[in-house]
Amino acid sequence: MRKAFGPLLLVVAIMFVVAPFLIANAPYESTMGLIQKIFYYHVPSWFAMYLAIAVCGGASAVYLFKGTPIADAYATAGAEVAVVFGLCGLVTGPLWGRVAWGVWWQWDVRLTTALLLELIFIAYLMVRKFGGPGAEKLAAATALFGTATAPFVYKSVDIWRTVHPNTNVIPTLKPSMGGPFAFSSLAFLLLCTLLLTARVHLAKRQMTVDEMYLAYEDQS
Amino acid sequence: MMRIPLLLAALVLQPPPGQSEFVPVNELPPAERLQAAPFLIGAYAFVWIAVMFYLWTIWRRLDRVEADIDALARKTPPR
Repeated sequence: MRKAFGPLLLVVAIMFVVAPFLIANAPYESTMGLIQKIFYYHVPSWFAMYLAIAVCGGASAVYLFKGTPIADAYATAGAEVAVVFGLCGLVTGPLWGRVAWGVWWQWDVRLTTALLLELIFIAYLMVRKFGGPGAEKLAAATALFGTATAPFVYKSVDIWRTVHPNTNVIPTLKPSMGGPFAFSSLAFLLLCTLLLTARVHLAKRQMTVDEMYLAYEDQS
Repeated sequence: MMRIPLLLAALVLQPPPGQSEFVPVNELPPAERLQAAPFLIGAYAFVWIAVMFYLWTIWRRLDRVEADIDALARKTPPR
């Protein structure tokens, strides 16, 4: 994966340069106009967050039941990246809502559960940082709860009546809007993969430091 | 008697009648419309800044870790 990092970085950079042109050429949505174009960054941010959550949840399960240190590295990376993309979704959403709904925020089920999901993964990072010895296992359990919450957040708009658009918006997009959306989503998912790779590399180097430090302590 | 001024104040401070149904943005009078462009640019800029900032933090932490590895390698005599 480290060999693929450079080319992947280049591909993602090119995609993020091209995406605004595709989005600018996409037609306006009939009722919201220009502001609807936030959709092309807002929804892919959540897709990227879901990918990071899946990595964090899967790796946390492996770490919790098998104790593999590398799984813990992937879980940490997944949680951090999930928080970054969750923050992007939570900031771009209100910017869209302020123009489209007239308010920054509604305590609507989708918005509230999305905020809670973000808070669960912030809690994961806080537990790891301040939890002391054994915090990794506690954090892994927190991640499993966060991962179990994610499908409810996604489906909440279909289950409950909300002001937020439901999940059938994306499958029913016209090709002229669906094309730029698919391109933007792919760019975000690749960016997420890139950030995960970089963060996992950092975690591996931190593990190396810990091993070297223990070896040094043993010798002295 | 004490309640009359309060009732009058409540009547005076009544909010204007709210709209009773959903009105699409493009049907609002121009004075009530918000300019979308600053919000759109703000949203895109935020995503860029957040990602760049996070990449920078990874970079900085990696530099620190590499410095620690070098320092420990110098301290540890070769076996």
